[in-house]
Amino acid sequence: MDLLEYQGKQFFARYGIPVSDGEATSDTEEAVAIAERVGYPVVVKAQVHTGGRGKAGGVKLAENADECRVHATNILGLDIKGHVVEIIWIEHASDIAEEYYASFTLDRAAKLHLGMLSAEGGVEIETVAEENPDAIARIHINPVVGLTEEACREWVAAAELNPKATEGAVDILMKLYTAYTEGDADLVEINPLILKPTGEVHALDAKVSLDGNATYEHPDYEQYDATQPRDEREAAAHEKGLQYVGLDGTVGVIANGAGLAMSTVDVVNQVGGAPANFLDIGGGANADVMAGALEVINNDPSVQAIFINIFGGITRGEEVANGIIEAMGRVTIDPPIVIRLDGTNADEGRALLEPHLNDKLMMADNMLDAARKAVELAKG
Amino acid sequence: MSIFVDETTKVVYQGLTGSQGRYYGLLNRDYGTKVVAGTNPKKAGTDVDGIPVYATMAEAKDATGATASCIFIPAPGVKSAVIEAAEAGFEFVVAITEGVPAHDEAWFYNKLKSDYPDTRLLGPNCPGIISPGKANIGITAGHIAKPGGPVGIVSRSGTLTYQALYELQQKEIGVTTCVGIGGDPVPGTSFIDCLEAFEADPETKAVMMIGEIGGSAEEEAAQFISDHMTKPVSSYIAGVTAPPGKKMGHAGAIVSGGKGTAEAKMEALRDAGALVGENPTEAGELMAEIVATL
Repeated sequence: MDLLEYQGKQFFARYGIPVSDGEATSDTEEAVAIAERVGYPVVVKAQVHTGGRGKAGGVKLAENADECRVHATNILGLDIKGHVVEIIWIEHASDIAEEYYASFTLDRAAKLHLGMLSAEGGVEIETVAEENPDAIARIHINPVVGLTEEACREWVAAAELNPKATEGAVDILMKLYTAYTEGDADLVEINPLILKPTGEVHALDAKVSLDGNATYEHPDYEQYDATQPRDEREAAAHEKGLQYVGLDGTVGVIANGAGLAMSTVDVVNQVGGAPANFLDIGGGANADVMAGALEVINNDPSVQAIFINIFGGITRGEEVANGIIEAMGRVTIDPPIVIRLDGTNADEGRALLEPHLNDKLMMADNMLDAARKAVELAKG
Repeated sequence: MSIFVDETTKVVYQGLTGSQGRYYGLLNRDYGTKVVAGTNPKKAGTDVDGIPVYATMAEAKDATGATASCIFIPAPGVKSAVIEAAEAGFEFVVAITEGVPAHDEAWFYNKLKSDYPDTRLLGPNCPGIISPGKANIGITAGHIAKPGGPVGIVSRSGTLTYQALYELQQKEIGVTTCVGIGGDPVPGTSFIDCLEAFEADPETKAVMMIGEIGGSAEEEAAQFISDHMTKPVSSYIAGVTAPPGKKMGHAGAIVSGGKGTAEAKMEALRDAGALVGENPTEAGELMAEIVATL
């Protein structure tokens, strides 16, 4: 789950990390009221799940109510790389002496947590990593041991920040690590982490991604569900509890198992087609799930053909076939369907499907043939 | 021979009394796996279709001499289930459960490494392990695997593991052991652990490796193949056309910041001398070619 900047700042604030005083709104006049409360100058910031907001005109400084109103009006509704701004964040503008970078994430290769700290903040960390890798101080943290203050101090020293920033940075990084672990985050990133002319260290931005698997430990994370970046199709699939990712093509894909679904998307591409989606219906392939999946795909106007790719493991071919037949009885599907059914009792399953076959419901012997047929049908 | 488990391995099912644990525990027993006990502190003294249930893993071990465990406990309980098995001295722990938080996984991976180095964890979020004809621990459909050899399989994806077993069975190629390491960010057992074990197993003559996008485990495996493997490897990587920044079902299957792409993984494997198929069928055909030359 990716948090918007204002959600990230509120998340940080809960762990005592200093962030700018501000509030989120979708209303121009409320934006002005917030600005009056936090005090000018203020920054009006677009809240979208993408980078490059500043370049796109989504971040503006306002010295007074008139400017705040103009910027709020312009930014709300602005399209930034396909993301339409619905929420803006108004905060008191900060004076900046220096800009740093700080983050924690999981290093999958090392199987340890990784902290990164750099005196070169305010720019993309990937760029720093490429152009000047020595400018990033890294620390590996064993989750069983945690981040000790001693290790944190050494890490901060290695990053060669302004000595004035040392105490503030150590304090924020210790809190940020707590936020990262206790909050079950996949990523916490502050860019820029700023040193103010007055000597305080402060989080000027917040990028937080939370582990969707940990919501049972954090029931309040449900609030972030509404602001997840999903297109209409993804939102509909999410409501049905389906693992769905929207793509740009014309062949709707349904498969059981994440690996097979990924593989199906690949194979459609390999034979010259373009998949409209990734959809994993899990192991069971029962009628309810199949009907839900077909409905989601049928509602996608760009889909011209559907490829159902099922491998029966524990679930037998007959069960899969019956699930498909029952689902087809419940929802009216417009595009033609090609089924590949393999694995346990595939022959029995195919025999059950046989009487239902026509020019809208076809069967293929294997994955590649099925993909070819579906792609051909999609091209009309 | 087989790796990690065989016909003598005694297994305790943590969560045998739950619906999933019971279903697969009994299926595994039917396959021939020595399912000797289950645990549930609230149901100690009862049994599941004749399989005794104990309160703790320590008691189950004392009573049965089991060395392996299989976890079918819901995600919130997996962390303590893994540690309980390790504390009781179990050598091989298979965690089937999906949806375990990544921080929990990173924690118990490192806890086992430092405090219980003799315990091997497989998973979480994996289909388990099958040494065809000998033992099946987990949710793999046993009859799609042909016993014998000469091929060992290691895979990150459940259904693609089945697909691989099936492709080989269709070609009448036997399998020594098939290990599903799971699609999560911190798997207890890695590709390299399995490749190393297959390399040391005299009956395994070739290895099929199925990876997917995300992380760098396949690249690390490629380095291992290049440096240490004498046995031929065929491979397939799912997710060639996956869009960056989107999780493809598995928590670990995500291309982020241009890292973890299928292309890079395939290239690393090819450079290491592995044969790389464009799809599962092709990977199976490549393995058939390898087997024909053995």
